Amino acid sequence: MSKVLTLDEVAAQIEPGMTLGIGGWGSRRKPMALIRALLRTDVKDLTVISYGGADIGLLAAEGRISKLIAPFVTLDSIPLEPHFRAARQQAAFAFEEFDEAMLMWALTAAAHRLPFMPIRAGLGSDIPRTNPRLRTVTSPYDDHEELLAVPALHMDVALVHLNRADQLGNAQYLGPDPYFDDLFSEAAQRTYVSCEELVEPGDLLGTSGPQTLLLSRHNVTGVVHAPRGAHFTSCAPDYERDEPFQRAYAKAAADPAEWRVFAERFLTGSETDYQRAIASHRLYGREER
Amino acid sequence: MITRAEYCVIACAEAWRGDGEILAAPMGTIPRLGALLARRTFSSDLLMTDGEALLIGPDGQSVEGWLPYRKHLAMVAGGKRHVMMGASQLDRYGNQNISCIGDWSRPTRQLLGSRGAPINTLNNPVSYWVPRHSPRVFVEQVDMVSGVGYRRAAEAGPSATRFHELRRIVTDLAVLDFDTPDHRIRIASVHPGVTAEHVRTQTGFDLCLPPDIPYTRDPTPAELHLIREVIDPDTTRNREVKP
Repeated sequence: MSKVLTLDEVAAQIEPGMTLGIGGWGSRRKPMALIRALLRTDVKDLTVISYGGADIGLLAAEGRISKLIAPFVTLDSIPLEPHFRAARQQAAFAFEEFDEAMLMWALTAAAHRLPFMPIRAGLGSDIPRTNPRLRTVTSPYDDHEELLAVPALHMDVALVHLNRADQLGNAQYLGPDPYFDDLFSEAAQRTYVSCEELVEPGDLLGTSGPQTLLLSRHNVTGVVHAPRGAHFTSCAPDYERDEPFQRAYAKAAADPAEWRVFAERFLTGSETDYQRAIASHRLYGREER
Repeated sequence: MITRAEYCVIACAEAWRGDGEILAAPMGTIPRLGALLARRTFSSDLLMTDGEALLIGPDGQSVEGWLPYRKHLAMVAGGKRHVMMGASQLDRYGNQNISCIGDWSRPTRQLLGSRGAPINTLNNPVSYWVPRHSPRVFVEQVDMVSGVGYRRAAEAGPSATRFHELRRIVTDLAVLDFDTPDHRIRIASVHPGVTAEHVRTQTGFDLCLPPDIPYTRDPTPAELHLIREVIDPDTTRNREVKP
C-alpha cells in the first residue's frame, strides 16, 4: 500500500504537545522541507529531541518548542546556532541537556521497550544536576557498579530525510553515515521520511549494497518526495551543505528586523516557492561575486 | 627559528606518544597537525578519521575503515580513543565546560552544549587544547561541568574513576598536566620565550609551579621538515596561534 503523502499532509499530523524526534546530525541531512512545512502550520508546544542543527534553530525562532532534549545544537561550519543561543539566553524553553551517547541510549531504550539503559557517561558531570529526573542504578552483578540510568525517550513522531525511498516506506541512505535515523524510526510511534528520490518497490538496490537500506516499512508511516529537502544542510552524496545560504541564515538570525525579512522571503510560501527562492539566491550570490 | 605555533604542534603530538593502536581524535587545527605528526613519527599505529565517517591512512587519502557516529561512540565507551578537546572554561582539577557561560538555567552566553564531553572524560584518555591561555578560560569554578575533572570524578565514585584519565592541557603558552598528589593542574613545561610567571598571571587560579620548569622540547629537524613541508605547507597553524 502506498504511503506517499505531501509535506503539508505530514505537517498536519503533528499536534500541539507532541514529542517530536528529528533525524540527521548538526547541519547534516536534516528533514528541513518537513520542518518548513511544520512552520507553515501553527503547531506549538512541542517537545523536540534532536542532535540539533538548523532544525532546532528554526523551530526556536518561531516559538514552537516548549522543551528541547539535545546534547548540542550546531551548524557545524558555524559552530554556534544563533536562534538556539538567543532562545536559551531568554530561557524561552525548558532544556534537557544530554550527552551524545546518553541520547543514543535513551533512543535505544525506547526502541527496545526498556525503561532505561545503564551508562557511565554523565556521572560526575553537571548533567544530572541540571536534570533531576536522571537517576542512578546499581549493577546486580558482583562489580556492584553504580551507573547512570538513562530513561527511554519515546516519541509520537520522528521526521527523517534520506536519499531514496519507495512508496511503501523502505528507505536508503547513500552517504557515509546513517546518523541515528533508524533508531529514531524504531523509537517513535510514527515516522515520516522525506527523500531525494522516490523509486518503485524493488528498485532500491542499484549500485549500492543491502546495508544501505536503513529504514524498513514496518517502522515508517509516510513518505514524501522532497528533492533538495535537506537544504540548506548537507545530503551526501546528492549535495553538500549550502555554505553561502547558511551564512546568510546566520547573519539574518543575529538581527530581529533582518530575520523578519529573511523569514518573509524564504519561509512563508510553499516548498516550491522556497526552492525557487533558493535558486534565485544562488544566482544573486553569483552576481555579487 | 622555531615558531610558537610549531612548539604547540610538538606539544600536542606528544600527547599521543605511546598510545598504540587507538584513535587519535583531535579537535582544532593544531591538535590535528600534532596527531598527524605523531602518527608519522613516534606513534605510527594511531588511527585517524577524515573528520567524517571514514578512517584514513597516513597519506590522508586511502580509506582503511568505517567509523560512523554510533561506532565512534562505541569506540569512546570502549576506551580505544584519546581525544584532545577544546575548553571554554577549565578549573584547577580539569573540570571542563563547553556548554554555556553563566547560570545554566538562563545563560549569559549559550555555547555548544556538552556534546560528548561527559562520555569522553569517563571512558578514555582526554587531553585539552586551549589556543589562548587566559584567566577567562582557566577559572576558579566552571559554570557547567561538561568534561569531568579529577575532583568531580573522585566524588562520583568508582564507576566514574575506573577509566578516568586526563592527560595534559596544551596552550599557546605552556603544557600543563595533573602530576601532583591531588591531581591539581601544574605547569609541565613552558614554550620557549614564555616565563612561568606570565603563565601564572594568565591563569585564574593558583597554579602549581614545580621548582624547575623545563621548556617544551624543540622539534627535531625531521619533525620540523614534516610540519613545514608535508603536514602543513599552507601554514594553517599560524591562524590558530600567532607564529
